[in-house]
Amino acid sequence: MNVENISDSRVSVKNLNFFYGKYRALKDINLEIADKKVTAFIGPSGCGKSTLLRTFNRMYQLYPNQTATGAIMLDGDNVLDKNQDLNKLRAKVGMVFQKPTPFPMSIYDNIAFGVKLYQNLSKNDMDERVEWALKKAALWNEVKDKLKQSGMGLSGGQQQRLCIARAIAVKPEVLLLDEPTSALDPISTAHIEKLIDELKEDFTIVIVTHNMQQAARVSDYTAYMYLGDLIEFGDTSTVFTNPKRQETEDYITGRFG
Amino acid sequence: MMDLYTRRRLINSAGLTIAILAMAFGLFWLCWILWTLLDHGLPALSATVFTQSTPPPGSTGGLSNAIFGSIIMTITGTLIGTPIGILAGTYLAEFGQRGWLAPVTRFINDVLLSAPSIVIGLFVYEVYVVQIKHFSGWAGTAALAIIVIPIVIRTTENMLKLVPATLREAAAALGAPQWKIINFVTLRAARAGIITGVMLAIARISGETAPLLFTSLNNQFWNDNMNQPMANLPVVIFQFAMSPYEDWQNLAWAGALLITISVLTLNILARVLFRQSASTH
Amino acid sequence: MPIRLHDARLKRQTILDTLFRNLTRLAALGVLALLAAILGSLIIGSMPAIHAFGFGFLVNPEWDPVNDQFGALIPIIGTLITSVIALSIAIPVSFGIALFLTELSPRVLRRPLGVAIELLAGIPSIIYGMWGLFVFAPLFGDHVEPWLNQHIGTLPYVGPFFSGPPMGIGILTASIILAIMVIPFIASVMRDVFDVVPTLLKESAYGLGSTTWEVMWSIVLPYTKVGVAGGIMLGLGRALGETMAVTFVIGNAHELTKSLLNPGNSISSALANEFTEAFGELYTASLIELGLILFFITFVVLSLARYMLYKLGQREGKAA
Repeated sequence: MNVENISDSRVSVKNLNFFYGKYRALKDINLEIADKKVTAFIGPSGCGKSTLLRTFNRMYQLYPNQTATGAIMLDGDNVLDKNQDLNKLRAKVGMVFQKPTPFPMSIYDNIAFGVKLYQNLSKNDMDERVEWALKKAALWNEVKDKLKQSGMGLSGGQQQRLCIARAIAVKPEVLLLDEPTSALDPISTAHIEKLIDELKEDFTIVIVTHNMQQAARVSDYTAYMYLGDLIEFGDTSTVFTNPKRQETEDYITGRFG
Repeated sequence: MMDLYTRRRLINSAGLTIAILAMAFGLFWLCWILWTLLDHGLPALSATVFTQSTPPPGSTGGLSNAIFGSIIMTITGTLIGTPIGILAGTYLAEFGQRGWLAPVTRFINDVLLSAPSIVIGLFVYEVYVVQIKHFSGWAGTAALAIIVIPIVIRTTENMLKLVPATLREAAAALGAPQWKIINFVTLRAARAGIITGVMLAIARISGETAPLLFTSLNNQFWNDNMNQPMANLPVVIFQFAMSPYEDWQNLAWAGALLITISVLTLNILARVLFRQSASTH
Repeated sequence: MPIRLHDARLKRQTILDTLFRNLTRLAALGVLALLAAILGSLIIGSMPAIHAFGFGFLVNPEWDPVNDQFGALIPIIGTLITSVIALSIAIPVSFGIALFLTELSPRVLRRPLGVAIELLAGIPSIIYGMWGLFVFAPLFGDHVEPWLNQHIGTLPYVGPFFSGPPMGIGILTASIILAIMVIPFIASVMRDVFDVVPTLLKESAYGLGSTTWEVMWSIVLPYTKVGVAGGIMLGLGRALGETMAVTFVIGNAHELTKSLLNPGNSISSALANEFTEAFGELYTASLIELGLILFFITFVVLSLARYMLYKLGQREGKAA
């Protein structure tokens, strides 16, 4: 596997296995996530790409009978370590989900919610932070006059950008995007793809997508997964134009999946 | 011998006709009961019903003390029962995936939910009224609170379970601790449903008679001391309706109309509220 | 660029988390304690009667406060008979209502009619009792019971159950009012479980040329039988414990007769009528023991209902 070309690694996954009860959903995954780059996980549904993403912030911990073994190193700490403080970890690793998940509160409070958890900001600083995040998420112009209104009243695309703003407002080190555009229309999708491109200046981004064109457009590195195995990983351009493995080529050229 | 198809069609028509009759049968009682209440209750309603206390036999009076007692005990019972119910319901929905406590509590709660309310009255009598040696408003409150708790637990759990898991995950993904996720995100998202449940619980206890018989009992006079026996509409209706005096019976009808109107209004309001909130989500 | 996290704040959150979790756990434990306390207090309260009468209490038809002789047979039988008759009326009617609401009703009427049936469940039981005493019982006694006397009361075997003074109040009247009260409960459970039958299943049956009745009777009902049984048990639990509606119209007589037209007694109405006026330790203890028996009966019925609905849930879980 050609991981040797990643010199500046932010997250390294080592011998990761994942179990839903007794079912082994991830098999000995080894992977490096490059700093300030976009890494995409692709593969047919059920291949484990979302499962892999959800180990990075241990989201699986919310549910019983889900376990991970191996190591995921972030800043010299093993994320999977029992003593790892989950809340602290999740403040460092932000996540955006498939469907928009605005909280039942105002647009402003949606963004402030995460920030207030770990930072004492004055009213002014908080206003600035909210504006900064909304601008980063390219939503500011659309909502600046209705910050006190409920976030549930926005359109689907706006809601998703609100969720991105909410995630980046806490200034995480890594941003996980779990099929962030699969529930959106093409125009909103274009908005968000453009946004991802801008965000990688500040954040290390990992995106799960079932849309190969999207992976090709937004990512620097691509991992192709199938049935819990990491089949191929490398430069996006290499994976898409000159895949080393036959399975990858089959998938990318649409011969199955 | 009828041919098979005709026979099937006949059975079908008969079955469907019976279904329509059954529906009519159900509505028939509802209409009849409501009509009776209006017919007997409306003439008996007058200003004195709201301004005077319950009379001794033979003289005139109203229901003011009973209305007051009912409202007070319903409010205090709800205020005591609701927080306990919400907390326990939260436990079942949010912390109950592991361990034995949640499934056992869920079952016990179902038992309490359908326990005969008169038994609840007996219980409060045994542990409270017997100890202080007299009936009291607080005892009535306690009995009503015990009826509220399982209803609120059930709705809280159900409504929290309807909150999409992704909302919980989204809050957790920001690093929010669980108590914040629950108090500021999931409980808020489930708010309308929980309020509906509380309203239905209020509707239920405002008509409850049996548990008050042995707890707050009755009081012929105006009383705002919760440590004394307290008049309340259901028990007054029971005693007056069973009495041989016509003016007492009339007051009972007036009380019955008041109770039914408030209970049905609460029921309908709860449904409307729940539907509205469901459509905005 | 990454922000510094306040470790002190993290620690405080962990403490608050633990506090909150334990607070909710305490409330859940409180529910268990409540049930234990109810059971305990009833058992302690009925101890004098248990000592005095033992198991004979359950089968003794005597209820004589003057001589301190008490037996629970009559109220127990009254409770069981009224509930069984009520259910035998309520089950077919509820099935009809549920069938109407799920398959026949025009879409616009479906909701209002469903709500109307649920409102029937919302009417306080004391209202049913009053209405029964003042409106239903006199009509029933004047018009229906004489007819029953003449036409069914003279038949062999069933006759004795329907002969007797046509007074209006009595076991049969109480049963009918109970039936009206439990219909909405059973009907709404039935409607809910009928609603979860996969449309595909019904459509396949219709596709073979089945009539609506055949689809309901041969496809929907067998598919939902566990849920339906659970709903019926819930209705039974309701009927067994119902107090006020029964107390008004059952007649409150500690007598054991064959005739359903005679006044009788049930556990809950005996409690409602006599408890506050009971004198002496043994009298009170006997009444509390009645309450304990009632609680035990409803507990068993409810456990069965829960078990059935749980089985249903399990099956759905597998199908999903």
